Amino acid sequence: MTDSKPKIDDFRLEVSTWLEENFPKSLNGKASELSLGKNVSGKLVEDSDTWRKNLAAQGWGTPTWPLEYGGAGLSQKHAQIINEEMDKRGAFNPIPMLAGMGVTMVGPTILEYGTEAQKRRHLPRMASGEIFWCLGYSEPGAGSDLASLATKAEDKGDHWLINGQKVWTSGADIAQWCGALVRTDPKAKKRSGISFVMFPMDQPGVRTRPVKLISGDSPFCEMFFDDAKAEKDELLGDLNDGWSLGKRLLQHERQSQTGEGGPATGGEFLGDIAKRYVGTNENGTLEDTDLRLRLANHLMDEKAHKLTIRRIMAEAKGNVEVTAVASILKNSATDVAQSRTELLMELMGSQGLGWEGNEYNQDELASVRMWLGVKAMSIYGGSYEVQKNIISKNILGLPETTQKG
Amino acid sequence: MAALTEEQTMIQHQAESWVTKNASVQEFRDVRDGDSEVEFSPQIWNEMVSMGWAGIIIPEAYGGSDLGYLTFGLILEQTGRQLSASPLFASALVGASAILMGGSESQKKNLLAGIADGSEIVTLALEEGPRHAPKNIALTADSEAGVFTLNGSKTFVCEGMSATSYIVAARTHGKAGHTDGITLFVIPADAAGIKRTKLNTVDSRGYANIEFTQVKVTDDAVLGKVGEGYGLLESVLDRARAGIAAEMLGTGSQAFEMNLEYLKTRVQFGQVIGSFQALGHRAAGFYSQKELARSCVEAALQAIDASADNIDEMSSLSKCKVGEFLHGMSNELIQIHGGIGMTDEFNAGLYLKRARVLESSYGNQAYHRNRYAQIKGF
Repeated sequence: MTDSKPKIDDFRLEVSTWLEENFPKSLNGKASELSLGKNVSGKLVEDSDTWRKNLAAQGWGTPTWPLEYGGAGLSQKHAQIINEEMDKRGAFNPIPMLAGMGVTMVGPTILEYGTEAQKRRHLPRMASGEIFWCLGYSEPGAGSDLASLATKAEDKGDHWLINGQKVWTSGADIAQWCGALVRTDPKAKKRSGISFVMFPMDQPGVRTRPVKLISGDSPFCEMFFDDAKAEKDELLGDLNDGWSLGKRLLQHERQSQTGEGGPATGGEFLGDIAKRYVGTNENGTLEDTDLRLRLANHLMDEKAHKLTIRRIMAEAKGNVEVTAVASILKNSATDVAQSRTELLMELMGSQGLGWEGNEYNQDELASVRMWLGVKAMSIYGGSYEVQKNIISKNILGLPETTQKG
Repeated sequence: MAALTEEQTMIQHQAESWVTKNASVQEFRDVRDGDSEVEFSPQIWNEMVSMGWAGIIIPEAYGGSDLGYLTFGLILEQTGRQLSASPLFASALVGASAILMGGSESQKKNLLAGIADGSEIVTLALEEGPRHAPKNIALTADSEAGVFTLNGSKTFVCEGMSATSYIVAARTHGKAGHTDGITLFVIPADAAGIKRTKLNTVDSRGYANIEFTQVKVTDDAVLGKVGEGYGLLESVLDRARAGIAAEMLGTGSQAFEMNLEYLKTRVQFGQVIGSFQALGHRAAGFYSQKELARSCVEAALQAIDASADNIDEMSSLSKCKVGEFLHGMSNELIQIHGGIGMTDEFNAGLYLKRARVLESSYGNQAYHRNRYAQIKGF
């Protein structure tokens, strides 16, 4: 980092002053309510739209993106300061969420692989939070073995004609645009004939159907393509080179999933919740000594995970690069989130088993849904087992087996 | 690896190449198979001292270099990798920490320079039973007219046979289990009434039992305040825990690499065994554990260097997490090597044996889980 300390301090003051003038007090600490769309109406909707517009005008929804594409052209260090200052006053950046897979995944990939025209067409409206993007990856027959995907795009001269089906597409029912991996050369070896194509969702050839999950939520959809169309110049990267581009995009996904936030952390301290439900003995320690030690172990694992993120950041001098150590983060984040929700449920006893109703409080009901929801963490974005394959092959250099049967 | 300064990187490289060349597992094996009463090579220890390693945390005014605990940890990681035996950890980290934090000006003058130049080996005599229990001090120190008389015994004293002085946790009032009434003393190893007995531990390193019978010292032997030594003792122990965690990280990392190397070279069923997914996934799991443990160890040492207010939490975290990693890794090392791993000629057994001794020192994983819960208030 070449920025001098005074310059950094100046910037922090600038951010703080701007937030003081522009962040609506009514939204203070409302990030999660707004993201869930619950209890949001009237003035709150108006305020949050004003806040989005003002933030986008500063380029601070995507601070590290170049100015000409709706960003602010800032360093990671500066972006971190914006985050810190927002945290301090209960402010938040709604734009990545409003853009779906846009800001976190498709956008960075367009920045890396896109043509100038694609950048100008797509990035500013992601950066302003106006366009929600979904991502067509998995198919019924292509989960962990993603490269066996069958949805095809045919070259029809002035456009691509798309036919096939995707599943587990987050937010497809509300998305305006989609980026999808499609087969463009059916004769090539399976990883070689894939391309990444982008198209609008509002067209006759695209249908979506939400999939209800065990948690009761429907964050994912099925997507059916029946002669859907993409403009000819909406192929991202080179023809038939979609596999490497698609893998790169998933690295952006893993980075966005393994941060210090996410479902793994936050909320009331687990030890205090435990004391309330489980009770304490005369020494003030938990009655259930086995649970107590497992709880301690979980908190240590959580701390170790956070310290590792911090270490990687320090080693990379603020640049969130994909280092060898970073490859362990997806699984460790999964371990922490899943063990946390299991413990929370266990310590709540029968109160942690409610599905709905006034007999259970909001935290209890939320913990059940969360417990079910985070089961997906070890499945999406490369399953737990696929992550271990990646570590053993790419990091440790162990070869693939040739054993048959 | 934490973001290191240029000096730290230099020391790390120097330690790595020197230890690998001059204080390797083979050197330790030679000492083990010899019949010396002291379980390290004096020549290797002298060379460590001449490189300045014994003065890493000691201020320049007392003959050290004041480079801090993270720097010390970088060296201990390397000695841990090769199972290099010496009083480096026991004296230059644990002993020096006690004198630094609790010593009077004259105690510092008398002992720190000696630790740094290797003429003094100062070690902590704490445990009285088979399990780590710093409150359970029963060894008595009765005072009369400015003279303390010590009676009792200590066990599992690290480098107890080579020590020139002991830091002894004694009870000046109260009873075993109370934190109040514990006093630390610095006592020369050749004081009248001290009898030491060598322990033959499974790792073939230097541990001893010490008996104190009518050992008399004056009040200038008191380290810190009479009856209020428990806080000091815990502070010393936290430094010991973070330091030994660095050594354990090295031991486990070396075991990990030996294991990986074997996975890549051992052929069965016509291919290297590391190509089997069952083994590849286990290796990936140990890699993750190793890296998570490293983050904890480095953060604990950095917390000590920064005089942070959560040193207790961080030291328990690092000792526990690296203990879990080393425990599993040392078992895996034997399992993956199969029959060869069971032979005394091969080094895997040395790592397994050392692992359990390290785990048990200053509180094992279970001890620190419990302590972590206590610190966190449940």
